[in-house]
Amino acid sequence: MGLLEGKFDQGGVVVTTLEQAINWARQASVWPMTFGLACCAIEMMATGASRYDIDRFGAGAFRATPRQADLMIVAGTVNFKMASRVRRLYNQMPEPKFVIAMGACTSGGGPYYKYGYNVVKGVDLVVPVDVYVAGCPPRPEALLEGLMRVQDKIRAMHDLTKRQPLDYLVPTRSGYVKLPPEVETLEKANEYCRRRKELSTPTKV
Amino acid sequence: MHGAEIIAILEEKFGPRIRQKKPDTIDPYVVVDAADIVEVCRFLRDDPRLQFDMLNCISGVDYCEPEPAKAAKAGFEPHLEVVYHLSSFVKRHRFVVKVILPRWKDNVEGQLPEVPSVTSIWPAANWHERETYDLVGIRFVGHPDLRRILLAEDWEGHPLRKDYIYPLEYHGIRGR
Repeated sequence: MGLLEGKFDQGGVVVTTLEQAINWARQASVWPMTFGLACCAIEMMATGASRYDIDRFGAGAFRATPRQADLMIVAGTVNFKMASRVRRLYNQMPEPKFVIAMGACTSGGGPYYKYGYNVVKGVDLVVPVDVYVAGCPPRPEALLEGLMRVQDKIRAMHDLTKRQPLDYLVPTRSGYVKLPPEVETLEKANEYCRRRKELSTPTKV
Repeated sequence: MHGAEIIAILEEKFGPRIRQKKPDTIDPYVVVDAADIVEVCRFLRDDPRLQFDMLNCISGVDYCEPEPAKAAKAGFEPHLEVVYHLSSFVKRHRFVVKVILPRWKDNVEGQLPEVPSVTSIWPAANWHERETYDLVGIRFVGHPDLRRILLAEDWEGHPLRKDYIYPLEYHGIRGR
C-alpha cells in the first residue's frame, strides 16, 4: 500500500483507470489451488506457513477445488497417468487463470528426463505455463518470486480494452530482501560474526 | 533356524523338485519349478518347524543384456526370475524362494510367462503380484484381480524389462 499511504488522512481522491483498479485487486488476491504432487509440495507448504507466509502477497487462500482458484502451482513430478487429471483441473479453473511450473520436474522432466519412462517432460506439454520456477525443489523465496512474476502479469492485463499486454513486463516488486540491522554494513557484519564466534566458543573452567 | 536347516527340511519333503539350492549366502535360497511354487509355499507356511507367516516381498528380475556385443560376456542366459522373500515372526528366521521363468512363454514374443499366484497363501501377495505384472510382465495365474497397479491401464509394455522401448508419446503428450 506504499502508493496510497497517508493519502487519505484528510480525505482524498485517487484517479486511476477501472482496468488498473481491477488488476490491482486481482493481483492482491491470487488464490492458488492445493495441488502438490511430490516433494515440491513440502516446499509449497513451507511457503504457505508462517515463516515465509505467502499470505503477505495475498495468495494464502489455498482452495481445495479448481473452481475457486486463480493459480495452479504444479508442485512436483507429473507422470502420464496424472497428466490428464492436471489438464482437467486446469480446464475447470475459471478465467483468468495462471500456472506456475514449480521445480525441475515440472519445468522439463528434471532428473527423470532420460530414464523416466513414466514422467511428462515438462508440464508445459499438458497445460500452458506462465512462470517457471527453477530449483529441485525451489526454496520458498523462489516460489514467492514466481508468484510476484505472476502478479506482474496480472498487473499488465488488459481485460476490458482487449489490448495486447506488454511483451516485456516490468517487475514492480523484486525478491530483494533488506538485511537485518546488525549485518547492514561490512564492518557491522564482521563484528557480528566475531561476537557470534566468541559466544559459541566453550570457555574453559 | 539357519538356511541350511530349512533347505534340508525342504529337500526331505520335496526331494528332486528342489532344482537348485544355495545355503551359504546372506539370503539362502532354493529354486523350484513354477508348477511347484504353491505347494512349496503352503508347506513353508504350514509346517510347524518353519511357520513362514509373512511374505515380505515378491520381486521380478529380468536377466537380459539387450546389447548383442555385451550379451556374450554377460554370464547368463536371458531369463526372468520371481523372488519370494519370506520371514517368520514366530521362529524369527528368513528364507528366499526363487522361480526361474523364460522371458516369453513358449519363446513367442509378447506371450507373458506364467507362474501360479500365491494369494491363496499370503493375501499380501495380491498387490506385489500386480506390481510385478505391471513392471516386469509376469502373469500370475489364479490371481483374483490382475490389473496394472502403478501405470495407467492402457499402458503398453512392461518398463522394467531390459529391452523395453520408451514410449514416443502417450495420448498426444511427447514422451521423449
